[in-house]
Amino acid sequence: MTAEAASRLHKASQWKRRQNLLGYLWISPWLLGFVIFTAGPMIASLVLSFTNYRIINVPKWAGLGNYVYALTKDELFWPSLGITFYYMLIAVPTGLLGSLLLAMLLNQRVRGESIFRTLFYLPSLTPAAAAALLWAWLLHAEVGLVNYLLSLIGIKGPPWLGSVRWAMPAIILITLWTSMGGGRMIIFLAGLQGVPQELYEAAEIDGAGGWRKFLHITLPMISPTIFFNLVLGIIGALQVFTTAYITTKGGPGRATWFFALHIYTNAFEYFDMGYASTLAWFLFLILLVFTIIQLRLSEMWVYYAGSA
Amino acid sequence: MEATSTLPVRAVTRHERWYWLRYVGRGLIYAFTIALGIIFMLPFFWAVTSAFKPPWELYIFPPTWFPREFRPGNFVQIWQVVPFARWTLNSVIIAFFNVVAEVFVASAVAYGFSRYRFAGRDVLFVILLSTMMLPAYITIIPAFLMYRALHWIDTHLPLIVPSFFGGGAFNVFLLRQFFMTIPMDFDEAAYVDGANSFTIFWKVLMPLSKPAISTVAIFAFLGSWNNFLGPLIFLNTTSKFTLPLGITYFRVAPMDSSEPRDHLLMAASVTVTLPAVILFFAAQRYFISGIVMSGLKG
Repeated sequence: MTAEAASRLHKASQWKRRQNLLGYLWISPWLLGFVIFTAGPMIASLVLSFTNYRIINVPKWAGLGNYVYALTKDELFWPSLGITFYYMLIAVPTGLLGSLLLAMLLNQRVRGESIFRTLFYLPSLTPAAAAALLWAWLLHAEVGLVNYLLSLIGIKGPPWLGSVRWAMPAIILITLWTSMGGGRMIIFLAGLQGVPQELYEAAEIDGAGGWRKFLHITLPMISPTIFFNLVLGIIGALQVFTTAYITTKGGPGRATWFFALHIYTNAFEYFDMGYASTLAWFLFLILLVFTIIQLRLSEMWVYYAGSA
Repeated sequence: MEATSTLPVRAVTRHERWYWLRYVGRGLIYAFTIALGIIFMLPFFWAVTSAFKPPWELYIFPPTWFPREFRPGNFVQIWQVVPFARWTLNSVIIAFFNVVAEVFVASAVAYGFSRYRFAGRDVLFVILLSTMMLPAYITIIPAFLMYRALHWIDTHLPLIVPSFFGGGAFNVFLLRQFFMTIPMDFDEAAYVDGANSFTIFWKVLMPLSKPAISTVAIFAFLGSWNNFLGPLIFLNTTSKFTLPLGITYFRVAPMDSSEPRDHLLMAASVTVTLPAVILFFAAQRYFISGIVMSGLKG
C-alpha cells in the first residue's frame, strides 16, 4: 500500500466518521424524543395491557386476562367497535367522494376559484371543539337552524344529537363539514391539476366523452391521491373523539360510544390503565390490519405514472 | 381569460348545433358551486348571527336571520364571566413554544436527514414516517403515567416539552423534502470558505427555506391552537385551561344561574376560530403548498 493510498483511505474513514457523528448529532432531538415519547411508551403500554393497574395499586400481572375480558365480558367492547365501523363505512366513502367532487368543481376553471376554495376550506380550520359546539347549536331540536330549514319544506326535524337514531348521522354530518373541503380536497385538486392535458386532448380526438375521460384518464391518474386519502381517512375515522365527546359524550344510550371514547373513559375516568392499554392495542392492531390490507389491495388499483 | 375563450369556441367549431348546451352546463356548474359555498358558510353565519343576539332572541321560533336586538356586548361579556383572558394567554404561550420548537427542532432534524449519510439513516427515516400513522391512544396512557410521576399533570409542560424532542414527524418530512431541493454545492462552497456544520445550517439552508419554514410554523400554530385531547387529559384546574377546553365550560358547567348561555358560547366559539381564519387569509399560499407536499408521494 502506498502512502498516498493509505492517506486516502484514512481520509475516507475520517469522512465516514464525520458523517456518522454529525448526522446523529443533528437528528438526536428526534431520536431522543422517539425513545422517550414513542418507543418507550409503546413498550410500556404493551406491558401494561397484560396487567391489572388501577392507578392507585401497583400493576399486577394478569396475563391475557384483559384481552379475554375485552372479547368476552366487556359489554361495550363490541358495540363500540361496531359503532366505529359504522361511522367509518359511511363517513369515509362519502367524505372521499365529497372531497373529490369539490376538487373537480374547482378544477372546472370556475371564475373565482380561489374564493370558492377558501369557502370550502375554512370549516377545516375551525378548532374541533368549536366546530362541535357550533353544530350542537345548529342541530338544536327546537330552535336550531337545521330543523328550521327543514320546517320550511314541511319536514319536522328529529332531535338529532338527542336521539338514538339520529345522533350518529349528526356526528357524520359534523365531521363531513369539517373535513370535506380541507386538506383532502386540496390534495385531490393538486392531483387533478397534475394530470397531463395531452391525455385529455388525445382522448378527445378519439371521440371520448366527459364520463369516459373521467373513468379512463382522471381516475387512474389520480389513484395515488385517492389511495393516500383513503388510508388517512380510515386512520382518522377509527380515532374519532372530540366531536363525539363534546356533542353527545357517547350517548344517548351509548348510541355514539366510539372506540376512542371507550379507551378515554377507561383510562381517564375509571383510571383503569391496564385495561385501557389493552383497548389501545386492539385499536393499534385493527389499524395495522387495515393498513396492510389496503397496501396489498392498492397493487391492484393504484396506478403510478412512470413505474412499469 | 383562458376559461372564457377556449371552451365555447371549440364547441362552436365542432358541434355547432349544441354549443348552447355548453353554456347551460357552465351555468349549472356555477349554480352548484355557489350553492355549496353557501351551505359551507351557513354554520359560520349562524354562529356569528347568534353571537350578536340577546338570550331571549335565541329561543324564539322561527329564528331570526339577523339579530333584532344587536348585542355586541356578548363579545365583551365572555371575558368577564369566565377566565377567557387567562385561557387566551395559556393558549398563546403554549402555541408560541410549540411553534418555536417545531420550527427549529424539525429543521435541525431534517438537516441531519437530508445532508448526512450516517449508518441506518434510511431505516430511521422510514421509522420517522411511520410514527405519523401511530394512533395517539397507544402512547398517551404511559405518557400520562410518566408526567404524573414527574408531577407535570395540571401544568402546561406535557403540552410543550414533547415538541422540543423531534418537532413533529410531518414537519421533519416536509423540511427534509425542501432541503433536498437545495443543491449540495451551496453547502460545499460554504464549507470551503471555512463554514462548519452549524453555520451551513443556520446561514445557508435556513435563509433559503423560508417558505417551507412558514408552512411548518403555520401548521404548528394550528395544531397547538386546536388541540383538545391533550389539554383535556393533562389539565384539571380551570385557570390552566386552553381556549378549546375552556369554551366547553359554557356548556357543561353552570355558572351564576341556570340562565341560557348559548349566545356566549357562540361568541366564544367565533372568537376562538378567528385567529385561525385570519392566519389563513394572511398566509394562504403556505397552507396550500404545505398540504400539497403532504399528499406528494403518498
